[in-house]
Amino acid sequence: MIDTLRLTAEQALGMLERKEVSSAELHRAYLDAAAERDPELHAYLRLVEDGEGTGVPIALKDVISTKGVETTAGSKILAGYVPVFDATVAARVKAAGMPVIGKTNTDEFAMGSSTENSAFGPSRNPWDPTRVPGGSGGGTAAAVSAGLAPWGLGSDTGGSIKQPSALCGNVGLRPTYGTVSRFGIVAFASSLDQVGPVAKTVRDVALLTSIVAGRDVHDSTTVDHPEPLRLPEGDRLEGLRIGVPKQVADLAGIEPGVRSSFEAAVELARELGAEVGECDLPLSFDYGMPCYYLIAPAEASSNLARYDGVRYGPRADGATYLDTVERTRDEGFGDEPKRRIMLGTYALSAGYYDAYYGQAQKVRTLIVREHAAAFERFDVIATPTSPTVAFHLGDKAADPLAMYACDLLTIPSCLAGLPGLNIPSGLSEGLPVGLQLIGRPFGENTLFRAGHALEQAIGFDTVPTRLAATRDETGGMS
Amino acid sequence: MSISRDQVLHVARLAALDLREDELDRLTLELGAILDAVSKVAELDLTDVPATSHPLDLVNVWAEDEPHASLSLDDALANAPSREGRLFRVPPTAGPEVTA
Repeated sequence: MIDTLRLTAEQALGMLERKEVSSAELHRAYLDAAAERDPELHAYLRLVEDGEGTGVPIALKDVISTKGVETTAGSKILAGYVPVFDATVAARVKAAGMPVIGKTNTDEFAMGSSTENSAFGPSRNPWDPTRVPGGSGGGTAAAVSAGLAPWGLGSDTGGSIKQPSALCGNVGLRPTYGTVSRFGIVAFASSLDQVGPVAKTVRDVALLTSIVAGRDVHDSTTVDHPEPLRLPEGDRLEGLRIGVPKQVADLAGIEPGVRSSFEAAVELARELGAEVGECDLPLSFDYGMPCYYLIAPAEASSNLARYDGVRYGPRADGATYLDTVERTRDEGFGDEPKRRIMLGTYALSAGYYDAYYGQAQKVRTLIVREHAAAFERFDVIATPTSPTVAFHLGDKAADPLAMYACDLLTIPSCLAGLPGLNIPSGLSEGLPVGLQLIGRPFGENTLFRAGHALEQAIGFDTVPTRLAATRDETGGMS
Repeated sequence: MSISRDQVLHVARLAALDLREDELDRLTLELGAILDAVSKVAELDLTDVPATSHPLDLVNVWAEDEPHASLSLDDALANAPSREGRLFRVPPTAGPEVTA
């Protein structure tokens, strides 16, 4: 029997190599697990019954175009859209032999921090289904934690990989901007969007990154990593300098349980040999959020202009062309994309451009510089990933600004284009807490080294307590 | 910093969104609150700071000018809500309604 709850991608790969199991059997095991647990969690928007391959199966966020498989980005305006080509990352995982298990749920157009903005209903947190799995990539994170996929690919604009991984208790990487192709990804904010992996271990995340990263002729913003990506091995951190922003100590929104878990993880890093010091990111903490919520909506308003009901997607009929387009967009977009389109259009409109978008781009420069200065003294910057553990469905759904604040700690490094890794640092109130490690541009190997050593020392069990308990009672696989 | 309902209506036209009345009312309030929060960027004097449009130092990417396979006509039209032959079919772009 295959225990998908615990199986890592690396272990699955070992089983395949030893011919203990076939790729098709693995694929079936994950579909069976989804049949058992996904009615409750709604991690998947759709399953791929006939996934073909020779390797470890994978889940793909529904912003990743998959040839012949409906891709909606969680939006009604793309309902029924069946891509006629694969995104480069989809093509790369298929070329590596990975069968696709399914397309995972996401906030509409990856805009949100809870999946409650999905037009097809929210996903739920495997640790406590009354709570959100985070967002926008809550579907992928929930699938990995609930054993419905060994690993998956998501997309991250301001925290959509790292924050759900934190709330679901697994490992997620937002790679350095430009290192993974965005060809065939439903675009949100092009100067920020980045594709990255989610898995149970840092080594799995490193392996999947190495498979999808690298220059793509179809995406002219892509670059190769200057050095090969390596699977981390060591368990010591001698020589590693970790900076903790002094602003973390004063940040009121961080829950006490999150703070103590974070401080324990930093102390552990010190015990493993790392040198820990204080860094200073005042502008990033004060102005990161307002900067992001001008730049991202501005770019979104431009990217989402393509949804007009002419070339794909459902169309609402009107008397004239313009009528049709306006009605299609009003009926097709949900509340959050509308808010961001409106905010972005306003910020880009005549008379306001310099004060909003132009000013935000200059703030972005300061945030880039501030991080570069911190990295002159440190190799890694550490903060909590999310100020809170997973919150209840509905808690923030009515207050856009409360929801935006979920990404307070993940946003600044995204604006700076830097890689960021989430690893679980422990539990608070029985729910996972995430540790965010930020690296220099192309500093993924350093993040993998630090994340792997800490992961071994922390010894976090990625299987949600309630699922592990069910398992013990029933005596194994269903 | 707040935004008027008329401004919201104007922006909705720019964004090609046929918002319902209740949406206009709600967005006027919500956008006002969000603009209050993001207007914080105006506090900083950034006269001599260059803008960052992109986090990487991009260089121009050259490619050989060689023809290669593209989508077939049927593939390109496969998701069209309405098609006529080799074209996307849409309602008239002009009419009595739009001349006003």
